[in-house]
Amino acid sequence: MLDTLRLTAEEAQGLLERGEVSGGELRDAYRAAIEARDEELHCFLTLVDGDDNDGVPIALKDVISTKGVRTTAGSKILDDYVPVFDSTVASRCKAAGLQLLGKTNTDEFAMGSSTENSAYGPSRNPWDPERVPGGSGGGSAAAVAAGLAPWALGSDTGGSIKQPAALCGNVGLRPTYGTVSRYGIVAFASSLDQVGPVTKTVRDNALLYGIISGRDEYDSTTVDVPAVELPDAQDLKGLRVGIPRELNEAEGIEPGVTVAVRRAIDLCSELGADVGECELPRSVEYGLACYYLIAPAEASSNLARYDGVRYGLRVPADNYYEMVARTRDAGFGAEPKRRIMLGTYALSAGYYEAYYGQAQKVRTVISREFADAFERFDVLLSPTSPTVAFRIGEKAENPLAMYLADVLTIPPNMAGLPGMSIPCGLSEGLPVGLQLIGAQFSENMLFRTGHALEQAIGFDTVPERLR
Amino acid sequence: MPEWEPVIGLEIHVQLKTRTKMFCGCVPGFGGEPNTRTCPVCLAFPGALPVPNETAVEWTIKLGHALNCRIAEHAVFHRKNYFYPDNPKGYQISQYDEPLCVDGSFVVPGPKGDSEVGIVRAHLEEDAAKTIHLGGATGRIVGAAHSDVDFNRGGTPLVEIVTQPDIRSADQAKRFLQLLRQTIVELGVSDAEMEKGTLRADANVSVREVAETGYRTRTELKNMNSFNHIARGIDAELRRQTEVWESGGEVVQETLDYEVKSDTVTPRRRKEEADDYRYFPEPDLVPLEPDWDLVDRLRAELPELPGARIRRFEHQYGLSYYDAEVLNGSAALAALYEQVALDGVDAKAVSNVLMNEFSATGVDPGTVDGTELGKVIAARSTIPREAFMRALAESGDPEFKADTYLGETLVDDASELEPLIDRILAANPGQVASYKGGKQGLLGFFVGQVMKETEGKADPKVVNELLRTKLS
Amino acid sequence: MAITREDVLHVAALARLELTEDEIVRLTEQLSDILAAVGKVSELDLSDVPPTSHPLAVVNVLRPDEPSPSLPLEDVFANAPDREGEFFRVPPTGATEESSA
Repeated sequence: MLDTLRLTAEEAQGLLERGEVSGGELRDAYRAAIEARDEELHCFLTLVDGDDNDGVPIALKDVISTKGVRTTAGSKILDDYVPVFDSTVASRCKAAGLQLLGKTNTDEFAMGSSTENSAYGPSRNPWDPERVPGGSGGGSAAAVAAGLAPWALGSDTGGSIKQPAALCGNVGLRPTYGTVSRYGIVAFASSLDQVGPVTKTVRDNALLYGIISGRDEYDSTTVDVPAVELPDAQDLKGLRVGIPRELNEAEGIEPGVTVAVRRAIDLCSELGADVGECELPRSVEYGLACYYLIAPAEASSNLARYDGVRYGLRVPADNYYEMVARTRDAGFGAEPKRRIMLGTYALSAGYYEAYYGQAQKVRTVISREFADAFERFDVLLSPTSPTVAFRIGEKAENPLAMYLADVLTIPPNMAGLPGMSIPCGLSEGLPVGLQLIGAQFSENMLFRTGHALEQAIGFDTVPERLR
Repeated sequence: MPEWEPVIGLEIHVQLKTRTKMFCGCVPGFGGEPNTRTCPVCLAFPGALPVPNETAVEWTIKLGHALNCRIAEHAVFHRKNYFYPDNPKGYQISQYDEPLCVDGSFVVPGPKGDSEVGIVRAHLEEDAAKTIHLGGATGRIVGAAHSDVDFNRGGTPLVEIVTQPDIRSADQAKRFLQLLRQTIVELGVSDAEMEKGTLRADANVSVREVAETGYRTRTELKNMNSFNHIARGIDAELRRQTEVWESGGEVVQETLDYEVKSDTVTPRRRKEEADDYRYFPEPDLVPLEPDWDLVDRLRAELPELPGARIRRFEHQYGLSYYDAEVLNGSAALAALYEQVALDGVDAKAVSNVLMNEFSATGVDPGTVDGTELGKVIAARSTIPREAFMRALAESGDPEFKADTYLGETLVDDASELEPLIDRILAANPGQVASYKGGKQGLLGFFVGQVMKETEGKADPKVVNELLRTKLS
Repeated sequence: MAITREDVLHVAALARLELTEDEIVRLTEQLSDILAAVGKVSELDLSDVPPTSHPLAVVNVLRPDEPSPSLPLEDVFANAPDREGEFFRVPPTGATEESSA
């Protein structure tokens, strides 16, 4: 009997290679788990009954285009949209033999921090179904945590891989910008979006990153990537660990989160790392404002193609302009509308310099502050999320309160830096995530650091109530 | 009444004839079933991304060189945001304040000397798709029942060229565009045909009093689909604006269409919201920093351009501006002229023959062996006219040799011609009488008759002399 | 920075969103709050700082002018809300211009 709650992708790969299990048996096991638990958790929007592949099963966030398989981006405006082409990451998974289990729930157009903005209803946290799994990629994180998929892909713009990983107790990597192709990913904010692995272990994460990463001729913002090294060291000797004061002391961080993160930082010293303090004087204070100008501005432009002309929802009208305006009002939920309006305003005549233009400069300031920190340190640590999983409905009516969930994940994203969240403990019975931030292209260092810590922490990724 | 000076600038779009579109590998091109030259990128499917065409960038630099522009060290693509059915992404990828080519000039030779038009910029962008408006009562766009969209053209590379308002007449605008068009064609980057839409031009027009510095309000003139329409449209708008100012009114900033049938300009219906394009740098495309060796090589590889060639012909061969212009109608014709003239044949004679008799044959100058043609032209007064014309008509044949035609000589032997002339005079007593009575012009009639009888082989000079003698 | 109802209507028109009255009221308030928060960026004097448009310092990514296959028509129209023969059909624009480029 396959225990999908515990089975890692690496183990599943081993079973397949040794012939101890078939691809079909693996698929059946996950389908059974989905049958048992997904009605409650609502991780999946679309299930795939089978494809030509026989390898390790995988779930993909529903902003990732899959040829012949419905892709909604969590929105009604794409309710019946079936792509005629694969995103590059989906084709790379296919080429590696992975079989597609289905598409996971997401905040609409990846905009949100709880999956409550999905037009198809929220997903629920497997640790406590009355709570959110995080967002926007809550579906993928919850699926992996609940044993409904051995691993998954998510996408991260302001923290949409890292934060759900923290809230669900698993490993999420937001890679260096440009190392994973965005071709076929329903775009939210082009200079920030990145696809990344959501897994139970750091080694699984490295394996999946190796499959999807690398330059893509269809995405001119991608670059060559250093070869992935699967981590196995158990120590952190020689590693210079930095603790940025502002990221660790930001307003709104729960005491229980601070305690768990502090313990993880102490572990680093025990494992042989050199731990020191640093400062990011303006990155945290201005990071959120910077992000909530740039991302909505790019989004307002990226979402202009949803006009009812070539695909997606169309609301009939007598003339083109009315058709477009009615279609968009009917098809977009409140959060995309809010961000489209905000972004359009930030770019509009007379306001560009003060808002978007200024935010682009703040972005430079943030990059420089991180670059300075990386002169002295190899990795920076902080909590991933200021809180553990909050209750469904708790922040849904207050956009600004919801935006604060990203206060710690946003600053490194603005600088195009990779970040990984690993579970480092519990607070009030709920997972706490540790954010590891590296310089650009330092994924191997993140895998090495994350793996050693993971081994030392020994966090049980199976939600208590499911054991 | 004050004297008014036209102030005209042009905005020109050139569709590049690259093999593929600007941001995807679809093959653009005239014709083809609708929507068969499309892909996720040019259809703007969710997740599609642009990747720029290397050749389009190089050709834009070439065009920039031909316009004497400075090539930017750092150029950026921008998004121009607006909604229209032919604009599937809801934005057009274009260039805004960091274009590829800036600060150039274009010299247009003319009968009264050269005029120089400043070029503000030349930038690279993508073309819109095609919308067909159907089913309305009038069959026109206003009142249509639906619009059908074909995305084949969408994404084709376009270079937009903007001139300074240095043009001072509709005719100058026309000649500027004609020479620009020829230059573009000779560069090999576009077919630049206004009828096919591969060359489009809009005019920005204003007027001011002759001594005035500064500019008055200008209008934008669109929908002119030929060089003649552009000249007439500009003229119509100049007339309209002058009338407005002279009657004490003020010209209003607006966009107008030129209506061919009535030779008038009519304002476009104002859109409810003037578009705010909200330009911002295209995040899906990294900047261009052209390699300096490439830029230098492209400049060095420029052929002699038609404008410069016209001026050189005027000086080197002593030709008038008009002759130089006609002979430079195509690179091939100009090359043929030079080959023959450099072989030593009289420059003016060659010019006359090429512009007149040769052009009339329709032979493609690119297929002609200039050396052989030169020999025929040199011998033009010693061979029968019929032979000369035949030589010109056949000059494009791969086997064309002058000797074929030079073998025939004119009959100038009086003893041969006299009996013939006597016969013709005897057969036309009435005309002889008229001639002797004062109608000297009838000499031509008699010469014509002799030519007819001899199938053009009689030497006209000798015939003339003999006729005069016999008719005196 | 307070955003007025007129501002909201103007921006909604630019973004082609036909908002309901409820939405207009709610958005006017929410956007005012958010703009006040994000307007924080103007506290910094960044006149000497260049803007960042791309996180990586990469330039000149181009592709050779080589054709690749276009989509078959059934793929082009697979998700089309209104297909008429080989065209995408939309309601009329009622505008006077032929082409927007």
